[in-house]
Amino acid sequence: MRCAISSSKLKKKSNPAVNVIDLKFYYGDNLALNGITLDISEKMITAFIGPSGCGKSTLIRCLNRMNDLIEGVRIEGCIKIAGKDIYDPAINVTELRKRVGMVFQKPNPFPKTIYENVVYGPRVLGVKKKSILDDICEKALTRAALWSEVKDRLHFSALELSGGQQQRVCIARAIAMEPEIVLLDEPCSALDPIATAKIEDMLVELKKDYTVVIVTHNMQQAARVSDYTGFFMMGELVEYDETTELFTKPKKQRTEDYITGRFG
Amino acid sequence: MKKFFKTGNPYVWLTASSLTVCLLMVCGLVALIMVKGLGIFWPHEIVRFHLKDETVVLGELVKKEPIPYEKNGYRTKLKVGNRDSYGLDFRWINDDEIVSGEYPASVVAIERREWGNMYGFLHGIRKNGKTETIQPDGASEVIDAHKKLFRKIRRLEKKEIGDINHQMEKNRLKLKQLMAPPASDTLQRKADNVKAKIAILEKMYSEKEILLSELYRQAKEKEFIIHLAGGEEKILPVFEVVRMYTPNNMHVFAKMGFYLSKLWEFITDEPREANTEGGIFPAIFGTIMMVFLMSIAVVPLGVLTAIYLKEYAGDNFISRIVRISVNNLAGVPSIVFGVFGLGFFIYLIGGAVDNVFFKSALPSPTFGTGGILWASLTLSLLTVPVVVVSTEEGLSSVPGSIREGSYALGATKFETLWRVVLPQATPGILTGTILAMARAAGEVAPLMITGVVKLAPSLPIDHHFPFIHLERKFMHLGFHIYDVGFQSPNIEAAIPMVYATTLALLFTVLALNITAIIVRNKLRKKYRTSSL
Repeated sequence: MRCAISSSKLKKKSNPAVNVIDLKFYYGDNLALNGITLDISEKMITAFIGPSGCGKSTLIRCLNRMNDLIEGVRIEGCIKIAGKDIYDPAINVTELRKRVGMVFQKPNPFPKTIYENVVYGPRVLGVKKKSILDDICEKALTRAALWSEVKDRLHFSALELSGGQQQRVCIARAIAMEPEIVLLDEPCSALDPIATAKIEDMLVELKKDYTVVIVTHNMQQAARVSDYTGFFMMGELVEYDETTELFTKPKKQRTEDYITGRFG
Repeated sequence: MKKFFKTGNPYVWLTASSLTVCLLMVCGLVALIMVKGLGIFWPHEIVRFHLKDETVVLGELVKKEPIPYEKNGYRTKLKVGNRDSYGLDFRWINDDEIVSGEYPASVVAIERREWGNMYGFLHGIRKNGKTETIQPDGASEVIDAHKKLFRKIRRLEKKEIGDINHQMEKNRLKLKQLMAPPASDTLQRKADNVKAKIAILEKMYSEKEILLSELYRQAKEKEFIIHLAGGEEKILPVFEVVRMYTPNNMHVFAKMGFYLSKLWEFITDEPREANTEGGIFPAIFGTIMMVFLMSIAVVPLGVLTAIYLKEYAGDNFISRIVRISVNNLAGVPSIVFGVFGLGFFIYLIGGAVDNVFFKSALPSPTFGTGGILWASLTLSLLTVPVVVVSTEEGLSSVPGSIREGSYALGATKFETLWRVVLPQATPGILTGTILAMARAAGEVAPLMITGVVKLAPSLPIDHHFPFIHLERKFMHLGFHIYDVGFQSPNIEAAIPMVYATTLALLFTVLALNITAIIVRNKLRKKYRTSSL
């Protein structure tokens, strides 16, 4: 009922994992997102770019309802994941977050060992058997391209790792839950170029199994890793297209101004 | 001048000097207590003065000062001991009365179980009417033998007869229960059984009594003959002697050994002579046990309160009022908590417990009177604001990003709290516990009406089932200071004991705090937050 309008601007996409339909988001009286409508494709990397405060982080945080934790926010419109409205009161938020993992801008490993960080999610789910947890830990760290670096220090504090390694621990922690979608909110902004390159390579690997949504400040990064890119400005989705299209033949003047570095 | 003020230097000086004043005051306090408290165990030399009126006095030099309200002249304070003969332990002597003074090598100082110190000359030892001369070395052997006897007597009195008494008391209570109406045959049979048991115990008791009186007779056989300063002869049973030494004849190492043995006695022994002599072990034990009980009660209460206030209550008018009230609770005079403890814990809860579980012992109360449990609970109410405030601070110090990380993995609020937030807030919680412990260890006023006593007959932990006796009254260092300093019959002689006990209290608090701080630092290292 809330999703009366069902539209898809981009007809060429085959399997949309997420449908965002006419989403309006308010912080108190401030309109942060103004009628966003887009589809995110399955097993692709979708990047959101735009200047600071354009609403791209707000949007990604709507996808696993992290914005619920902020007081005084209001949301209109609807977001469907696998066809279900995630803002339906019947939806269990923690269940949703288990399906939609998230990695934050600043590496935020728990002050526990690397092992305990990675198996945190499964433990919360109630997995107790050591052999299963060991297995999950190895798989997740391998996928996060960290296994070879830390396999001998699994029981050392995650806080002793470098920033790039910490961020990969956070990614491993997210994919240990076997989510359908992985959201990354500027995951490389606190990292150096080498660590960034490692994470980008890993993202390309991840896309084989997961739908990845990444918010980034870095246009080169979006151009390098993503299949689709959305350009946001002032709470509006200015342009959303295949990455190559958007960066080579932008349809809107504002997009062209931004990607050529005229502002932003 | 204006330029000088503009440099900002004067403010540095101002702040630094106020810090210096604070430091000086604290150091001065500790130094005074250390000097006065640690000095008392050192064996002082004994001086003999010949006075103008041809009398002779013997005693420890305590201090020398100008005579008050007179232009010239000094006077000397002498600890002459022998309270049973002279009435007072101390005597002032004006210097112009003294003809000559010396330190006789053979003078002995004797610590007695009663009447304080005795100073004099060892003349001989008497047994069964026969007198022999004896040297101080030989005397100490006799004293050691009697000390063994003393310990034997104490064990007999406290442990064996104490056990019998304990059993008898239990059986009497049982009997009282059984004799209560309605009467029946089976009850009567049981009661007869118990009566028989009591009879056996009474027989055992009288046997022990005979043994005890025999030991006492042995103990009183030998007597020292002591000549006091003026030549008066004094008879002193060897059994009365705790320690005999010749301070004028001791070299430095002997004095050190003496010092250490006195210090050891002070820490590990029970008090004698209305607490002015002997040790303070029961008080140290009571203080530490009370602080531990208090921590066990206050930490869960404070932490749970803080979690609700911080994590669940939200920031609204009521929660703000509650927070302010909790903070103000820390400022309520402690005696108010004592009165509350008396009314609520002792009379209301304790009375109810007695009525339900200890009915047979009534009208003598078990939990319905002051005891270590009620004192600890009263103190935990007093210290709960400290724990609440520092736990709240600990919870707020956990970064939001860590919580978000946990939520993003599908953890609920409680799981996040339990698995991530609380472990990281542990150092804050422990800081609160340390502050609470420090506050509780030093509190006296509320204890005076909730269970502390001048002299507790037994420790709250002993070998009788159930081993931990939370209903018992206990001794406490803070109250001990007050009691020794203001309530003892011989205040002058007790002053050094006051300082020594104060020092012991300081060290006890210090030891408790250091333990807690070590634990906290270990945890802090473990839960150090990301440096990024």
